Amino acid sequence: MKFNHELIEKNVGLLAIFTVIAISFGGLVQITPLIFQKDTTEAVEGLIPYTALQIEGRDIYVREGCYNCHSQMIRPLRAETERYGHYSVAGESVWDHPFQWGSKRTGPDLARVGGRYSDKWHEVHLINPRDVVPQSNMPAFPWLAENTLDGKLTGDKMSILRNLHKGGYKGGDLYTDEEIAGAQKAVEGKTELQALIAYLQSLGHALK
Amino acid sequence: MIMSNFWSIWISVLTIVVIVGCFILLKVVNKNYTGVEEGKSMGHEFDGIEELNNPLPKWWAYMFYLTIVFGVIYLALYPGLGNYKGLFGWTSSNQSIGTEKGLKADSAAALEAAKAENRLSQYDREVAHADEKYGPIFAAYLATPLEELVKDEEALKVGGRLFLQNCAQCHGSDARGSKGFPNLTDSDWLYGGDLATIKTTLMNGRNGMMPPKGGLPIEDSEIKGLAEYVIKLSGGEHDEALAAQGQGSFMKGCFACHGMDAKGNKFMGAPNLTDNVWLYGGSRGSIEESIINGRAGVMPAWKDILGEEKVHVIAAYVYSLSNK
Repeated sequence: MKFNHELIEKNVGLLAIFTVIAISFGGLVQITPLIFQKDTTEAVEGLIPYTALQIEGRDIYVREGCYNCHSQMIRPLRAETERYGHYSVAGESVWDHPFQWGSKRTGPDLARVGGRYSDKWHEVHLINPRDVVPQSNMPAFPWLAENTLDGKLTGDKMSILRNLHKGGYKGGDLYTDEEIAGAQKAVEGKTELQALIAYLQSLGHALK
Repeated sequence: MIMSNFWSIWISVLTIVVIVGCFILLKVVNKNYTGVEEGKSMGHEFDGIEELNNPLPKWWAYMFYLTIVFGVIYLALYPGLGNYKGLFGWTSSNQSIGTEKGLKADSAAALEAAKAENRLSQYDREVAHADEKYGPIFAAYLATPLEELVKDEEALKVGGRLFLQNCAQCHGSDARGSKGFPNLTDSDWLYGGDLATIKTTLMNGRNGMMPPKGGLPIEDSEIKGLAEYVIKLSGGEHDEALAAQGQGSFMKGCFACHGMDAKGNKFMGAPNLTDNVWLYGGSRGSIEESIINGRAGVMPAWKDILGEEKVHVIAAYVYSLSNK
Protein backbone atom coordinates (compact mmCIF):
# COMPACT_ATOMS: atom_id res chain seq x y z
CA MET A 1 0.00 0.00 0.00
CA LYS A 2 1.32 3.38 -0.90
CA PHE A 3 2.00 5.63 2.09
CA ASN A 4 -0.57 8.35 2.13
CA HIS A 5 0.15 11.39 4.22
CA GLU A 6 -3.32 12.72 3.63
CA LEU A 7 -4.82 9.86 5.62
CA ILE A 8 -3.24 11.20 8.83
CA GLU A 9 -3.66 14.85 7.94
CA LYS A 10 -7.39 14.50 7.47
CA ASN A 11 -8.13 12.13 10.37
CA VAL A 12 -7.69 13.74 13.77
CA GLY A 13 -8.37 10.54 15.70
CA LEU A 14 -5.69 8.66 13.84
CA LEU A 15 -3.29 11.55 14.26
CA ALA A 16 -3.91 11.53 18.03
CA ILE A 17 -3.28 7.79 18.26
CA PHE A 18 -0.01 8.06 16.37
CA THR A 19 1.03 11.04 18.49
CA VAL A 20 0.44 9.12 21.70
CA ILE A 21 2.42 6.16 20.37
CA ALA A 22 5.29 8.45 19.35
CA ILE A 23 5.62 10.24 22.67
CA SER A 24 5.11 7.14 24.79
CA PHE A 25 8.43 5.70 23.63
CA GLY A 26 10.34 8.04 25.93
CA GLY A 27 8.33 6.95 28.94
CA LEU A 28 8.58 3.27 28.04
CA VAL A 29 12.36 3.54 27.90
CA GLN A 30 12.94 5.81 30.89
CA ILE A 31 10.14 5.07 33.35
CA THR A 32 8.95 1.47 33.05
CA PRO A 33 12.33 -0.18 33.84
CA LEU A 34 12.62 1.93 37.02
CA ILE A 35 9.34 0.53 38.32
CA PHE A 36 10.95 -2.90 38.37
CA GLN A 37 14.45 -1.97 39.64
CA LYS A 38 15.64 -3.06 43.07
CA ASP A 39 17.62 0.16 43.40
CA THR A 40 14.55 2.32 43.05
CA THR A 41 11.96 0.17 44.80
CA GLU A 42 13.78 -1.25 47.83
CA ALA A 43 14.95 0.67 50.87
CA VAL A 44 18.67 0.99 51.54
CA GLU A 45 19.92 -0.83 54.60
CA GLY A 46 19.67 1.40 57.63
CA LEU A 47 16.57 3.27 56.49
CA ILE A 48 14.04 3.47 59.32
CA PRO A 49 10.32 4.07 58.73
CA TYR A 50 9.04 7.43 59.92
CA THR A 51 7.45 7.50 63.35
CA ALA A 52 3.90 8.79 63.76
CA LEU A 53 5.18 12.24 64.73
CA GLN A 54 7.66 12.32 61.84
CA ILE A 55 4.89 11.45 59.36
CA GLU A 56 2.88 14.43 60.60
CA GLY A 57 6.00 16.59 60.43
CA ARG A 58 6.59 15.52 56.88
CA ASP A 59 3.07 16.54 55.90
CA ILE A 60 3.70 19.96 57.45
CA TYR A 61 6.93 20.19 55.45
CA VAL A 62 4.85 19.59 52.33
CA ARG A 63 2.03 21.92 53.43
CA GLU A 64 4.38 24.84 54.08
CA GLY A 65 6.08 24.28 50.74
CA CYS A 66 9.56 23.81 52.17
CA TYR A 67 10.46 21.99 48.95
CA ASN A 68 10.11 25.27 47.08
CA CYS A 69 13.41 26.46 48.54
CA HIS A 70 15.04 23.33 49.95
CA SER A 71 16.05 20.29 47.94
CA GLN A 72 16.57 16.86 49.46
CA MET A 73 18.90 15.57 46.80
CA ILE A 74 22.66 15.61 47.23
CA ARG A 75 24.22 15.10 43.83
CA PRO A 76 27.34 13.00 43.29
CA LEU A 77 29.64 16.01 43.04
CA ARG A 78 32.45 16.52 45.53
CA ALA A 79 31.44 20.12 46.27
CA GLU A 80 28.08 18.82 47.45
CA THR A 81 29.23 15.78 49.38
CA GLU A 82 31.81 17.91 51.21
CA ARG A 83 29.07 20.18 52.43
CA TYR A 84 26.11 17.86 52.88
CA GLY A 85 27.47 14.32 53.20
CA HIS A 86 27.08 11.15 51.14
CA TYR A 87 25.16 11.72 47.92
CA SER A 88 21.49 10.73 47.94
CA VAL A 89 20.45 7.38 46.53
CA ALA A 90 17.04 6.28 45.26
CA GLY A 91 16.67 3.65 47.98
CA GLU A 92 16.49 6.41 50.60
CA SER A 93 13.22 7.83 49.33
CA VAL A 94 11.26 4.68 48.50
CA TRP A 95 8.82 5.33 51.36
CA ASP A 96 8.28 8.99 50.45
CA HIS A 97 4.99 9.73 48.67
CA PRO A 98 5.68 12.09 47.07
CA PHE A 99 9.45 12.34 47.45
CA GLN A 100 10.81 15.74 48.47
CA TRP A 101 13.83 15.90 46.15
CA GLY A 102 12.92 19.38 44.97
CA SER A 103 14.89 21.21 42.32
CA LYS A 104 15.51 24.65 43.76
CA ARG A 105 17.96 25.69 46.43
CA THR A 106 17.24 29.10 47.80
CA GLY A 107 18.15 27.49 51.11
CA PRO A 108 20.55 24.61 51.66
CA ASP A 109 19.87 20.98 50.85
CA LEU A 110 18.16 19.16 53.71
CA ALA A 111 18.67 15.53 52.69
CA ARG A 112 21.05 14.95 55.63
CA VAL A 113 20.10 17.74 57.99
CA GLY A 114 19.16 15.25 60.72
CA GLY A 115 21.41 15.59 63.76
CA ARG A 116 23.29 18.57 62.38
CA TYR A 117 21.56 21.05 64.66
CA SER A 118 19.95 20.74 68.05
CA ASP A 119 16.15 20.62 68.42
CA LYS A 120 16.36 23.96 70.17
CA TRP A 121 18.15 25.50 67.22
CA HIS A 122 15.41 24.32 64.86
CA GLU A 123 12.80 25.72 67.21
CA VAL A 124 14.39 29.18 67.33
CA HIS A 125 15.20 29.07 63.63
CA LEU A 126 11.71 28.08 62.46
CA ILE A 127 10.00 30.70 64.61
CA ASN A 128 12.36 33.40 63.40
CA PRO A 129 15.39 32.42 61.30
CA ARG A 130 17.06 35.83 61.87
CA ASP A 131 17.50 35.02 65.56
CA VAL A 132 20.25 32.56 64.77
CA VAL A 133 21.26 33.38 61.19
CA PRO A 134 21.11 37.17 60.79
CA GLN A 135 21.58 37.09 56.99
CA SER A 136 18.85 34.51 56.42
CA ASN A 137 16.05 35.29 53.97
CA MET A 138 13.93 32.34 55.02
CA PRO A 139 10.37 33.21 56.05
CA ALA A 140 9.38 32.83 59.70
CA PHE A 141 6.86 30.12 60.63
CA PRO A 142 5.65 31.24 64.06
CA TRP A 143 2.23 29.58 63.78
CA LEU A 144 3.87 26.14 63.89
CA ALA A 145 4.48 26.64 67.60
CA GLU A 146 0.81 27.47 68.22
CA ASN A 147 -1.01 24.87 66.13
CA THR A 148 -1.43 21.49 67.76
CA LEU A 149 -2.08 18.15 66.10
CA ASP A 150 -5.16 16.05 66.75
CA GLY A 151 -3.69 12.95 65.13
CA LYS A 152 -7.05 11.78 63.77
CA LEU A 153 -5.55 10.73 60.44
CA THR A 154 -2.09 9.68 61.58
CA GLY A 155 -3.01 6.01 61.93
CA ASP A 156 -4.61 5.99 58.47
CA LYS A 157 -1.50 7.53 56.96
CA MET A 158 0.60 4.81 58.56
CA SER A 159 -1.61 1.97 57.37
CA ILE A 160 -1.58 3.38 53.83
CA LEU A 161 2.21 3.42 53.92
CA ARG A 162 2.20 -0.12 55.28
CA ASN A 163 -0.09 -1.34 52.52
CA LEU A 164 2.00 0.34 49.84
CA HIS A 165 5.16 -1.40 51.04
CA LYS A 166 4.08 -4.80 52.28
CA GLY A 167 7.15 -6.58 53.63
CA GLY A 168 9.27 -3.58 52.69
CA TYR A 169 11.15 -3.13 55.96
CA LYS A 170 13.68 -5.88 56.70
CA GLY A 171 11.26 -8.45 55.29
CA GLY A 172 8.47 -7.26 57.59
CA ASP A 173 5.92 -4.48 57.43
CA LEU A 174 6.71 -0.84 58.11
CA TYR A 175 4.39 -0.64 61.10
CA THR A 176 2.82 -3.07 63.54
CA ASP A 177 -0.89 -2.95 64.40
CA GLU A 178 0.00 -1.60 67.84
CA GLU A 179 2.00 1.26 66.33
CA ILE A 180 -0.90 2.22 64.10
CA ALA A 181 -3.39 1.93 66.95
CA GLY A 182 -1.18 4.11 69.14
CA ALA A 183 -0.48 6.67 66.43
CA GLN A 184 -3.09 9.19 67.49
CA LYS A 185 -1.93 9.06 71.09
CA ALA A 186 1.67 9.54 69.98
CA VAL A 187 1.00 12.83 68.21
CA GLU A 188 -2.10 14.24 69.92
CA GLY A 189 -1.42 17.57 71.57
CA LYS A 190 2.06 17.91 70.10
CA THR A 191 2.69 21.17 68.25
CA GLU A 192 3.30 21.26 64.53
CA LEU A 193 6.72 22.66 65.37
CA GLN A 194 7.62 19.54 67.35
CA ALA A 195 6.43 17.33 64.52
CA LEU A 196 8.37 19.22 61.86
CA ILE A 197 11.55 19.16 63.96
CA ALA A 198 11.12 15.42 64.56
CA TYR A 199 10.88 14.96 60.79
CA LEU A 200 13.91 17.15 60.05
CA GLN A 201 16.00 15.34 62.65
CA SER A 202 15.15 12.00 61.02
CA LEU A 203 16.50 12.95 57.61
CA GLY A 204 19.52 11.30 56.06
CA HIS A 205 20.80 8.91 58.71
CA ALA A 206 20.76 5.84 56.43
CA LEU A 207 24.05 6.84 54.80
CA LYS A 208 26.76 9.11 56.12
CA MET B 1 22.44 1.02 37.00
CA ILE B 2 22.76 -2.72 36.64
CA MET B 3 19.54 -4.25 35.42
CA SER B 4 18.24 -7.56 34.25
CA ASN B 5 18.82 -8.58 30.67
CA PHE B 6 15.16 -8.18 29.87
CA TRP B 7 15.10 -4.51 30.72
CA SER B 8 18.47 -3.93 29.15
CA ILE B 9 17.18 -5.35 25.87
CA TRP B 10 13.87 -3.50 26.30
CA ILE B 11 15.67 -0.16 26.55
CA SER B 12 18.15 -0.89 23.76
CA VAL B 13 15.55 -2.14 21.30
CA LEU B 14 13.10 0.71 21.94
CA THR B 15 15.85 3.31 21.69
CA ILE B 16 17.08 1.92 18.37
CA VAL B 17 13.51 1.62 17.07
CA VAL B 18 12.92 5.30 17.85
CA ILE B 19 16.13 6.42 16.16
CA VAL B 20 15.61 4.29 13.06
CA GLY B 21 11.92 5.25 13.04
CA CYS B 22 12.76 8.96 13.06
CA PHE B 23 15.18 8.44 10.21
CA ILE B 24 12.65 6.53 8.09
CA LEU B 25 9.88 9.02 8.87
CA LEU B 26 12.09 11.89 7.81
CA LYS B 27 13.05 10.09 4.61
CA VAL B 28 9.43 9.36 3.77
CA VAL B 29 8.02 12.82 4.39
CA ASN B 30 10.90 14.37 2.47
CA LYS B 31 9.87 12.45 -0.63
CA ASN B 32 7.63 14.25 -3.10
CA TYR B 33 4.67 11.95 -3.61
CA THR B 34 2.10 14.55 -4.66
CA GLY B 35 2.76 14.39 -8.36
CA VAL B 36 3.18 18.17 -8.34
CA GLU B 37 6.52 19.73 -9.11
CA GLU B 38 8.31 21.36 -6.20
CA GLY B 39 7.35 25.01 -5.74
CA LYS B 40 4.31 24.72 -7.97
CA SER B 41 0.71 25.23 -6.90
CA MET B 42 -1.16 22.33 -5.32
CA GLY B 43 -4.13 23.47 -7.33
CA HIS B 44 -6.28 25.11 -4.74
CA GLU B 45 -6.54 28.62 -3.39
CA PHE B 46 -8.61 30.40 -0.79
CA ASP B 47 -9.12 34.19 -0.71
CA GLY B 48 -6.22 34.50 -3.10
CA ILE B 49 -3.89 32.41 -0.95
CA GLU B 50 -2.44 29.46 -2.81
CA GLU B 51 -0.90 26.35 -1.34
CA LEU B 52 2.41 25.57 -2.98
CA ASN B 53 4.12 22.21 -2.86
CA ASN B 54 7.01 23.29 -0.64
CA PRO B 55 9.35 20.67 0.82
CA LEU B 56 10.56 20.65 4.44
CA PRO B 57 12.99 23.54 4.94
CA LYS B 58 16.45 22.24 4.13
CA TRP B 59 18.09 23.68 7.28
CA TRP B 60 15.44 22.01 9.41
CA ALA B 61 15.67 18.63 7.72
CA TYR B 62 19.48 18.58 7.90
CA MET B 63 19.39 19.57 11.56
CA PHE B 64 17.11 16.64 12.15
CA TYR B 65 19.59 14.31 10.43
CA LEU B 66 22.35 15.83 12.53
CA THR B 67 20.55 15.11 15.79
CA ILE B 68 20.21 11.48 14.69
CA VAL B 69 23.93 11.31 13.98
CA PHE B 70 24.67 12.96 17.32
CA GLY B 71 22.41 10.48 19.09
CA VAL B 72 24.13 7.48 17.53
CA ILE B 73 27.61 8.80 18.43
CA TYR B 74 26.49 9.62 21.97
CA LEU B 75 25.06 6.17 22.51
CA ALA B 76 28.31 4.63 21.31
CA LEU B 77 30.46 6.69 23.69
CA TYR B 78 28.29 6.99 26.79
CA PRO B 79 26.05 4.58 28.69
CA GLY B 80 22.52 4.71 27.32
CA LEU B 81 21.70 1.41 25.69
CA GLY B 82 20.73 -0.74 28.65
CA ASN B 83 23.75 -2.26 30.36
CA TYR B 84 26.16 -1.23 27.61
CA LYS B 85 28.81 0.90 29.33
CA GLY B 86 29.87 3.04 26.38
CA LEU B 87 33.34 3.39 24.87
CA PHE B 88 34.37 6.03 27.44
CA GLY B 89 33.27 3.87 30.36
CA TRP B 90 31.83 6.97 31.99
CA THR B 91 29.74 6.67 35.15
CA SER B 92 28.50 9.46 37.38
CA SER B 93 28.64 7.53 40.64
CA ASN B 94 28.48 4.12 42.24
CA GLN B 95 24.89 4.73 43.19
CA SER B 96 23.48 1.47 41.99
CA ILE B 97 26.05 -0.86 43.41
CA GLY B 98 24.04 -3.21 45.57
CA THR B 99 21.67 -1.36 47.82
CA GLU B 100 20.83 -4.60 49.56
CA LYS B 101 24.04 -5.11 51.43
CA GLY B 102 24.46 -1.54 52.55
CA LEU B 103 25.65 0.86 49.95
CA LYS B 104 28.56 2.44 51.74
CA ALA B 105 30.63 -0.67 52.30
CA ASP B 106 29.81 -1.85 48.82
CA SER B 107 30.79 1.48 47.30
CA ALA B 108 34.17 1.23 48.94
CA ALA B 109 34.71 -2.22 47.47
CA ALA B 110 33.49 -1.04 44.09
CA LEU B 111 35.81 1.94 44.34
CA GLU B 112 38.79 -0.36 44.88
CA ALA B 113 37.75 -2.52 41.94
CA ALA B 114 37.32 0.51 39.72
CA LYS B 115 40.74 1.80 40.77
CA ALA B 116 42.31 -1.54 39.93
CA GLU B 117 40.75 -1.36 36.48
CA ASN B 118 41.78 2.28 36.21
CA ARG B 119 38.14 3.13 35.63
CA LEU B 120 36.73 5.42 38.30
CA SER B 121 33.36 7.11 38.21
CA GLN B 122 33.37 10.86 37.71
CA TYR B 123 32.54 11.43 41.38
CA ASP B 124 35.23 9.08 42.65
CA ARG B 125 37.77 10.72 40.36
CA GLU B 126 36.87 14.10 41.81
CA VAL B 127 37.17 12.80 45.35
CA ALA B 128 40.40 10.92 44.66
CA HIS B 129 41.87 14.02 43.07
CA ALA B 130 40.90 16.17 46.06
CA ASP B 131 42.16 13.57 48.53
CA GLU B 132 45.50 13.60 46.77
CA LYS B 133 45.68 17.36 47.12
CA TYR B 134 44.13 17.99 50.54
CA GLY B 135 44.57 14.59 52.19
CA PRO B 136 48.25 15.11 53.11
CA ILE B 137 47.52 18.62 54.43
CA PHE B 138 44.83 17.42 56.81
CA ALA B 139 46.83 14.31 57.72
CA ALA B 140 49.72 16.59 58.68
CA TYR B 141 47.39 18.76 60.75
CA LEU B 142 46.01 15.71 62.53
CA ALA B 143 49.55 14.52 63.28
CA THR B 144 50.38 17.90 64.81
CA PRO B 145 49.51 18.17 68.51
CA LEU B 146 46.84 20.81 69.13
CA GLU B 147 49.29 22.82 71.25
CA GLU B 148 51.45 23.25 68.14
CA LEU B 149 48.55 23.64 65.72
CA VAL B 150 47.21 26.78 67.43
CA LYS B 151 50.44 28.55 66.47
CA ASP B 152 50.00 27.67 62.78
CA GLU B 153 48.39 30.67 61.07
CA GLU B 154 47.52 28.66 57.95
CA ALA B 155 45.81 25.96 59.96
CA LEU B 156 43.77 28.56 61.84
CA LYS B 157 42.64 30.05 58.53
CA VAL B 158 41.48 26.61 57.39
CA GLY B 159 39.76 26.13 60.74
CA GLY B 160 38.07 29.50 60.37
CA ARG B 161 36.62 28.51 56.98
CA LEU B 162 35.36 25.23 58.34
CA PHE B 163 33.86 27.09 61.29
CA LEU B 164 31.95 29.44 59.00
CA GLN B 165 30.58 26.55 56.98
CA ASN B 166 29.56 24.29 59.83
CA CYS B 167 29.43 26.11 63.14
CA ALA B 168 28.34 29.67 62.37
CA GLN B 169 24.67 28.67 62.00
CA CYS B 170 24.45 28.36 65.79
CA HIS B 171 27.48 30.14 67.20
CA GLY B 172 27.33 33.03 64.74
CA SER B 173 29.83 34.08 62.10
CA ASP B 174 31.66 36.09 64.77
CA ALA B 175 31.48 33.09 67.14
CA ARG B 176 29.78 35.25 69.76
CA GLY B 177 26.74 32.97 69.85
CA SER B 178 23.24 34.07 70.78
CA LYS B 179 20.62 33.16 73.35
CA GLY B 180 21.03 29.44 73.98
CA PHE B 181 24.11 29.14 71.82
CA PRO B 182 27.38 29.77 73.66
CA ASN B 183 29.75 32.61 72.94
CA LEU B 184 33.08 31.03 72.02
CA THR B 185 35.17 34.17 72.20
CA ASP B 186 35.03 34.66 75.97
CA SER B 187 36.90 32.51 78.44
CA ASP B 188 33.77 31.09 80.04
CA TRP B 189 33.39 27.40 79.27
CA LEU B 190 30.60 25.05 80.24
CA TYR B 191 32.58 21.87 79.65
CA GLY B 192 36.10 23.21 79.78
CA GLY B 193 38.18 25.36 77.45
CA ASP B 194 41.40 23.41 77.19
CA LEU B 195 42.32 22.06 73.77
CA ALA B 196 41.58 18.41 74.47
CA THR B 197 38.16 19.18 75.96
CA ILE B 198 37.18 21.43 73.06
CA LYS B 199 38.06 18.63 70.67
CA THR B 200 36.06 16.10 72.71
CA THR B 201 33.09 18.45 72.69
CA LEU B 202 33.29 18.82 68.91
CA MET B 203 33.77 15.11 68.28
CA ASN B 204 31.05 13.68 70.49
CA GLY B 205 28.75 16.61 71.06
CA ARG B 206 27.25 17.54 74.43
CA ASN B 207 23.86 17.13 76.01
CA GLY B 208 22.96 19.72 78.62
CA MET B 209 20.49 18.40 81.16
CA MET B 210 18.98 20.76 83.66
CA PRO B 211 15.51 19.36 84.40
CA PRO B 212 12.66 21.72 85.36
CA LYS B 213 13.50 23.15 88.81
CA GLY B 214 16.60 21.00 88.75
CA GLY B 215 14.36 18.03 89.46
CA LEU B 216 14.17 19.23 93.06
CA PRO B 217 11.19 19.66 95.38
CA ILE B 218 11.13 23.42 94.87
CA GLU B 219 7.78 25.15 95.31
CA ASP B 220 6.57 27.75 92.81
CA SER B 221 6.62 30.28 95.64
CA GLU B 222 10.37 29.80 96.00
CA ILE B 223 11.23 30.69 92.40
CA LYS B 224 11.40 34.45 92.95
CA GLY B 225 13.79 34.08 95.87
CA LEU B 226 15.94 31.59 94.02
CA ALA B 227 16.26 33.93 91.04
CA GLU B 228 17.15 36.74 93.42
CA TYR B 229 19.87 34.61 94.99
CA VAL B 230 21.29 33.74 91.54
CA ILE B 231 21.44 37.46 90.77
CA LYS B 232 23.21 38.05 94.06
CA LEU B 233 25.75 35.34 93.18
CA SER B 234 26.68 37.12 90.00
CA GLY B 235 27.02 40.44 91.79
CA GLY B 236 23.83 42.09 90.59
CA GLU B 237 21.62 44.46 92.51
CA HIS B 238 19.32 42.41 94.69
CA ASP B 239 16.88 42.29 97.58
CA GLU B 240 18.90 40.87 100.49
CA ALA B 241 15.97 39.29 102.35
CA LEU B 242 14.58 37.62 99.22
CA ALA B 243 18.05 36.39 98.27
CA ALA B 244 18.54 34.88 101.71
CA GLN B 245 15.32 32.92 101.20
CA GLY B 246 16.62 31.83 97.83
CA GLN B 247 19.86 30.61 99.34
CA GLY B 248 17.81 28.22 101.43
CA SER B 249 16.15 26.86 98.27
CA PHE B 250 19.58 26.59 96.59
CA MET B 251 20.65 24.32 99.42
CA LYS B 252 17.82 21.91 98.56
CA GLY B 253 20.13 20.49 95.92
CA CYS B 254 21.10 23.03 93.26
CA PHE B 255 24.63 22.77 94.63
CA ALA B 256 24.84 19.16 93.47
CA CYS B 257 25.51 20.36 89.93
CA HIS B 258 26.35 24.04 90.30
CA GLY B 259 28.67 23.45 93.29
CA MET B 260 28.59 24.73 96.85
CA ASP B 261 30.32 27.89 95.67
CA ALA B 262 27.95 28.04 92.64
CA LYS B 263 30.96 28.09 90.34
CA GLY B 264 29.54 25.26 88.23
CA ASN B 265 30.80 21.83 87.31
CA LYS B 266 32.56 21.30 83.99
CA PHE B 267 32.08 17.53 84.07
CA MET B 268 28.33 18.01 83.87
CA GLY B 269 28.37 21.23 81.92
CA ALA B 270 26.68 22.99 84.83
CA PRO B 271 27.29 26.71 84.38
CA ASN B 272 29.12 28.97 86.78
CA LEU B 273 26.43 31.21 88.28
CA THR B 274 28.84 33.78 89.75
CA ASP B 275 30.49 35.18 86.62
CA ASN B 276 27.63 37.22 85.17
CA VAL B 277 27.86 35.38 81.82
CA TRP B 278 24.43 34.19 80.75
CA LEU B 279 23.64 31.63 78.09
CA TYR B 280 19.89 32.16 78.35
CA GLY B 281 19.80 35.75 79.55
CA GLY B 282 20.51 37.25 82.97
CA SER B 283 17.32 39.18 83.56
CA ARG B 284 15.05 38.13 86.43
CA GLY B 285 12.50 36.86 83.93
CA SER B 286 15.04 34.76 82.01
CA ILE B 287 16.52 33.30 85.18
CA GLU B 288 13.07 32.40 86.49
CA GLU B 289 12.25 30.81 83.14
CA SER B 290 15.45 28.76 83.29
CA ILE B 291 14.61 27.54 86.79
CA ILE B 292 10.98 26.72 86.04
CA ASN B 293 11.43 24.96 82.69
CA GLY B 294 15.01 23.76 82.95
CA ARG B 295 17.39 23.96 80.02
CA ALA B 296 18.84 21.34 77.74
CA GLY B 297 21.40 22.79 75.36
CA VAL B 298 22.55 20.28 72.76
CA MET B 299 25.78 20.38 70.82
CA PRO B 300 25.63 17.93 67.89
CA ALA B 301 28.42 15.40 67.41
CA TRP B 302 30.64 16.17 64.42
CA LYS B 303 32.77 13.04 64.37
CA ASP B 304 30.73 11.33 61.67
CA ILE B 305 29.81 14.43 59.70
CA LEU B 306 33.21 16.12 59.42
CA GLY B 307 35.68 13.44 60.49
CA GLU B 308 38.46 13.79 63.04
CA GLU B 309 40.90 15.56 60.72
CA LYS B 310 38.64 18.57 60.26
CA VAL B 311 37.44 18.56 63.87
CA HIS B 312 41.08 18.71 64.95
CA VAL B 313 41.65 21.90 62.94
CA ILE B 314 38.38 23.48 64.08
CA ALA B 315 39.25 22.73 67.71
CA ALA B 316 42.48 24.69 67.30
CA TYR B 317 40.56 27.57 65.73
CA VAL B 318 37.91 27.66 68.47
CA TYR B 319 40.63 27.66 71.12
CA SER B 320 42.41 30.52 69.34
CA LEU B 321 39.26 32.67 69.53
CA SER B 322 39.59 33.15 73.28
CA ASN B 323 43.34 32.68 73.58
CA LYS B 324 44.91 35.32 71.34
